[in-house]
This record gives sequence, C-alpha cells and structure tokens, in this order.
Amino acid sequence: MAATRDKFGRPIVVVTGMGVVTSLGSGKADNWKKLTAGESGIRTITRFPTDGLKTTMAGTVDFIPVEPFSSTDLSERLGELVAEEAIAQAGIGTKSDFPGPLFLAVAPVEVEWPQRQELGRAIGASTEVDYDAMLRVSGGGKFAQYHRRFLFGSVADHLAEKFGTKGSPISLSTACASGASAIQLGVEAIRRGEADAALCVATDGSVNPEALVRFSLLSALSTHNEPPQAAVRPFSKNRDGFVMAEGAGALVLESYEAATARGAQILGILAGCGELADSFHRTRSSPDGKPIIGCVRNALSDAGIVSDQIDYINAHGTGTPENDKMEYLGISSVFGERAKQIPVSSNKSMVGHTLSAAGAVEAVFSLLTLEHQRIPPTINYDIPDPAIPFDVVPNKARDARVTAVMSNSFGFGGQNASLILTREPV
Amino acid sequence: MTETKSSNPAAEVWITGIGLATSLGEGLDAHWDALNQRRINVDEKGFAPYIVHPWAPVNFDSQIPKKGDQRQMEAWQRIGTYAAGLALESAGLKGNKEILARMDMIVAAGGGERDLAVDCNILNSEAKGNSAPGFLNERLMNDLRPTLFLAQLSNLLAGNIAIVHGVTGSSRTFMGEEAAGVDAARIALARIAAGQSDIALIGGSQNGERKDLLVLYEFGDFNLTDKFAPVWARGDNSGFALGSGGAFLVIESRAHAEARGAKPYARLTNVVADLARRNHPGEVTATLEKLWSKIGRLGNNGAIITGATGAEPATTEERTFLGEHPDFAVRASGTAFGHTMETQFPLGLALAALSISRGALFPPNDPTGLEVEMSSPPTQIVVIGTGHWRGEGMALVEAIK
Repeated sequence: MAATRDKFGRPIVVVTGMGVVTSLGSGKADNWKKLTAGESGIRTITRFPTDGLKTTMAGTVDFIPVEPFSSTDLSERLGELVAEEAIAQAGIGTKSDFPGPLFLAVAPVEVEWPQRQELGRAIGASTEVDYDAMLRVSGGGKFAQYHRRFLFGSVADHLAEKFGTKGSPISLSTACASGASAIQLGVEAIRRGEADAALCVATDGSVNPEALVRFSLLSALSTHNEPPQAAVRPFSKNRDGFVMAEGAGALVLESYEAATARGAQILGILAGCGELADSFHRTRSSPDGKPIIGCVRNALSDAGIVSDQIDYINAHGTGTPENDKMEYLGISSVFGERAKQIPVSSNKSMVGHTLSAAGAVEAVFSLLTLEHQRIPPTINYDIPDPAIPFDVVPNKARDARVTAVMSNSFGFGGQNASLILTREPV
Repeated sequence: MTETKSSNPAAEVWITGIGLATSLGEGLDAHWDALNQRRINVDEKGFAPYIVHPWAPVNFDSQIPKKGDQRQMEAWQRIGTYAAGLALESAGLKGNKEILARMDMIVAAGGGERDLAVDCNILNSEAKGNSAPGFLNERLMNDLRPTLFLAQLSNLLAGNIAIVHGVTGSSRTFMGEEAAGVDAARIALARIAAGQSDIALIGGSQNGERKDLLVLYEFGDFNLTDKFAPVWARGDNSGFALGSGGAFLVIESRAHAEARGAKPYARLTNVVADLARRNHPGEVTATLEKLWSKIGRLGNNGAIITGATGAEPATTEERTFLGEHPDFAVRASGTAFGHTMETQFPLGLALAALSISRGALFPPNDPTGLEVEMSSPPTQIVVIGTGHWRGEGMALVEAIK
C-alpha cells in the first residue's frame, strides 16, 4: 500500500474534483479546449456603457444570466457552478452534504451603484440626496434583501447552505492571491487532521463601472482596447497593464487516505503552499524581489522539493510592466540559469485577470496541464521583452512531460502565494 | 462544527500581546479604568436618530510615524494599524525584525469607507436628469481619489500593518462580519497548536462613525435608534450601536514565548465555531449549547464575555442559552463598546485576557440584573460571538497554570 503521509509525516493532500468558469466558457472541457487553442476570452464590454472610460474591454462572463445583475450575485452564481462541477467529479458526499469545510475566496462585497441609485429614486427628485436622506428610506424592510446580499459573508453563507459544507465557512481576501490562499487553508486543515475533505472555491464577478474605474485610476489596466483579444500581453515588451476578468475555480481536496479509501480518482497532489508578505508598498513589490523569492522558496520547502524538480511554471503573468518584471526577478533568483529554459506561461493572456478567483482558476489549469501533458501558451507574444528571457510557450500550446507545476499569485497589499501541484506524491 | 483540536499533542498557546484603541481610549490601563468606572462613550446626536460609539482620538504618530502612511489610509485602517502597533508593543515585539518577519497575521476585516460627497453628487445629478450613457463613468473617473480604492480594500488593513510594523510572515484577511473575527482566532490558534506556525497577530478594526455602514445595517433594521440602553435592557428597541475601535492580540506557542522570555496575559485554550441556519426559533440557542459542550472542561470559577449585539432574535436566543449557565458571571462587551462587528470577538478575547491578568472581572453594567458581580479572580472566561445575522463562535481563555 502506498504511503498516505508525506516526507514530513503530514497527510498527503490530493485533488479529487475540479470546476472552472472563465470568459472562455463554462467547465473544464470547454476551457481546456480553448485555452490550448490559444483563444482569448477578452471582449468589448457590453454590460454597461463604457463612454468616458480609458479601458473598454474585459473578460466578462456574459453567458451566465444573473437577474437583476450585481457583481456579488454573479460571483455567487459562478461559485455555485464551479463547486457543482468539482463535487460531481469528486463524487463525494451526498447532495447538499459535503463532508468538510468551505474556504471561499471572494471579492470584498459592497453595495453597488444600481442599489444606490434605487435609494436615490426612493428619496425622490424633490429632495436633496445625502446619506441622511438615504438612511431615512433604507429601513422598514423594503430593502431587507440588500442587507442579506451585501454582507461580506453572504456568498459563503449561500454556498455553505447549498452544498452542506461543515462548520463555519471562511470568506477570505488576499487580493489577487485569494484563490491560492483558499486552497492553502484547505491544505492546512487536512494536514492538521481537522478534516478529511475541504471545498475550496474562488470566485469573482467584479466587472462593473466603479471597479473598472478604481483599477484604471491606479493605472493598472491595459488600454489596448482594439482588438480586445490582443490586450493582455504578458512578458511582452509592449505590455501595458492587466485586463479585468470574471471567473471561478473550485477544488475538492481530500487526504490521500480518505480519497483512496472511497476509491476516488486522484487528479493530482497539492504538494506544497508558500506565502510571504511584502512590506515595501501598497501596490508595488519590493525592488529587491525578496518577498517573491521567499514565497517561492517557502512553497518548494513546504513541498519538500528543489527547484530542479519543477518542470512548468504557471505564472501570475498579469501583463503589467511591474508584475512581469518582478516575477522574472523572483523566478530567476530561485531557478538560476534554468529560468531561461523552464516553460513559464500565463493563462491570463487568454482569460484575463480573474482577480480573487485567479489562484484557483490557475490551479485548475495547472492540474489540467499535468493531466494532459500539454502546456497552454502565452498568447499575444509578438515583441519579446529582452529583460524577461523566459520561455513563455509563445502563442501555441506545447506537449511536454510535466510532473510538477508551480503556480504563482501576487496581489496588492503585499500578498504573495505559491502552490506546487504534482501528478504523484513527492 | 469546526474544531481546532489536532490529533497530535497540541502546543499550548498563550496570549502575550494585547492592543486596544477604542471609544474608551487607548491602552490596557485606560480600558481597565473605564470598565471599572462603567464609563460609556456614546454619541446620540451626531448621527441621530442612530447611535454610535465614537473613537477616542489618539496621537497617530506614536504608532504610525509617517504622515504619508496615515494619509494612505481611511479611518478604519488607521485605527487597526494603530491598535496592531499597541499589541506588538505590549508583546515586546515592536521593531523585533527577526520575529516580525516570520510572524503570521490574520486580520478580520470589513472594508471600504466610501467618499460620501462623490456618491451624493452623482445621485443628485442623476435626480436632475443627468442620465447620459457614461455619466457615472465620467464622474467616477474625475471625482474618485485615485488611492481611495486602497483605503477601501479589505486586505489593505493587513497590508498597512505589514508596511508600518513589518509583520510579514504571512498576511491573510478574513471577511464575513462577526464570524470573521471568530475564525481569525480559530485558524491562528489551530495553526500554532498543530505546529504550522509559532506566533501570530490577530484582530480587526472598525470605524462606526460611518453613514454608509449605517445604511447597510439599516436595510435590515438593525441599528439602535433614539436612546442608548445597555445591551440587555433594550427591550422592544432592539438593535446595535456601531462601535469604533481596533483590537489586536499576539498569540504564540508557550515554547516560543518562554524562549523569548515573554510574559503571558492568559492562555487561549480553544476556539470553536459554527453556522446555524437560523430557519427556526431555537437554532442559535442549540448551536451555542453545542459549542459550549465542545469548548473544554469548565470549572466553577468562570465568567462569560459575550459580544451579544442587541439585535433580535439572536440576542434573546443567546439570553436563553445564558440562562442555562447561571453559575457564570456574564458581561456584554456591546454595552460599553457598541458593536464593532468583525472586531467584537477579538475585543472579547482581549477583555478576557486582560481580566485574567488583572485577577478580576470588571463590574457589571446592566440594570436588568443579568450581569452579576463576581468577587473571585476568574480562572476561565468563555468568549462568545453570536453574529447579528449569521455565525456563532466561542473561545476559552484561561489563567496559566
């Protein structure tokens, strides 16, 4: 019988179910087909008027109807879809009875403009609108549904009820590393022996006017609006920012022992997680790259492997001038000369930056890379940046022998997280 | 039910740092004095008919030395970053780069204070017929302060603590109202007990003087209005008064604390949490009873510090639960501090550890008689966090043997 514990004596954590939705489509099959065909999900925004905006495209998920629309409702719906797909694949528990906790990465929830405008209308045109006037019309039960909807815990609350997860569900944000953090929390719970299974979901439906404006004001977004499919250009010399996108990813994690005991198919191993915070600046990485380097090293040491054993890096690769440069610095500092040989590709070149969901979406794609032994490309790679001599798997997918993947996620607020995923226990 | 107990022999975890900056002032002595004097800082007029507990101003420079850092934050982040600094100071870790660089952090956070003037200008213009496509975009592009977003993002309280105080081992932000505070403590404790971490900073902060926040709770008719009353004496005028404050704790394994010669306030023995569906009356009471049965072995010299909000029906259900445990002297932190939401549970932990370290429970502040005097030094304090809408949690804080 195979060992059920890793070299550190901890329960081995395996993946038995996966679900994904991105601007490319719904489900693993559709996403993988388009991802390896080098298709882009970025399109011109039609959800709301874009007059006056510098950026007019995004990786929206418009093919899943949510009525009336709010970013939180879309996040919740996407979270439901990927959790359903992951749980169905894992074949775990019974309907509405998932035998473990929920860890949810979700964008910070807030009252949005349509609701604020509804309050404005309730006040009436003859009265000056201020927050006192808004307060006067808010109570009495007319808007009670907005209290339920716009609590920070509301998405987790709904998913916990729908899927019957156990205990107190955790909603978390580590900005653009949130998806990876949700998975890390699941891994840690299983390693502690608290749970045999965990449902890790990350979701983001944030493409609304104010969210777009916020990133735009921070000069973080690409303004390469035409054609939208060519907007995200990770590691290219002419990259000019990231592109907001929507999506969700889910993993069912189990202890190797529990998964094999119930005869589940094992899709991959969650071998290691690393994190390290950066105290340099609110939006920029420390110029010496030390926090990224430390994060990557923490993930390797948590998995008990060395960098030579990694044969593909699923990059954070947002396409901002800053991120891609810092990611190269971090990777090359740890991987040395191998940084120029090892394939490093960015899924975001095709699906955009799914923000809170990205870490989990990219973990699913990393596992599909392991399963299919095929590396998705970095598209829109026409003008290489000589300062970033990565093998970015330019523009076309490539067959390769892949046994261990590193997936990186970095975010505002000094958030860094890395995951290591393998085919077999290491 | 989620429990922190590991199958391996769990490391004992101590509370070695407490940072409080609230409507009652800053620091442990100020809080201890205020609680013993039954002082309450409440504003019935500024937000009338809503009642809030205003933050007691401090000299930010003493914990956030760079003005540039202060400017980059909104009030909730400044309050939290300030209180986190007090906690590190109280643990004797301020400026200890070696430990701060590997210290884990879990912050329970809400988020963004809005720019009220920008919101109202837009709504007024729209009311006057400005509804051209792109009007909203143009106003937001022109009127929003570029860095306001960073002052709104939930994870940027942790980000600011990393920048200002250098806590960088890890940075995790939990959201989800009251439960976020419970789970921050639960996960940090579980990680240390299981050897996944040695030391962690946990806590949260809230600025209750916010009309946009009042709107969210007014949707559900949860705000206390018109006249202040202690939590247990609100009768038909149920609801909570938003509180303002930051509460942070440093917790670490006993071995880690002893190795660096740290003086403990108390032991954090256990944290448990659950999510009752609350579809039927009695579910909150039953869930609290279930958590009580899991919290650990309770002797006969205990007390309870609850974050009971005053919102109904949760508070009445909790009261039924408390009625089943009359041997435990009860204190509701909401009376003196108001409801600090994500921060209420860390605040309860802080008050429990403070009480144990001072060898006394602070006096009751309750005309209904539910809170009774406790003359002996408490050796065990159970901290309860019942969310106003969702989430139930409990912790056991004990004197160190």
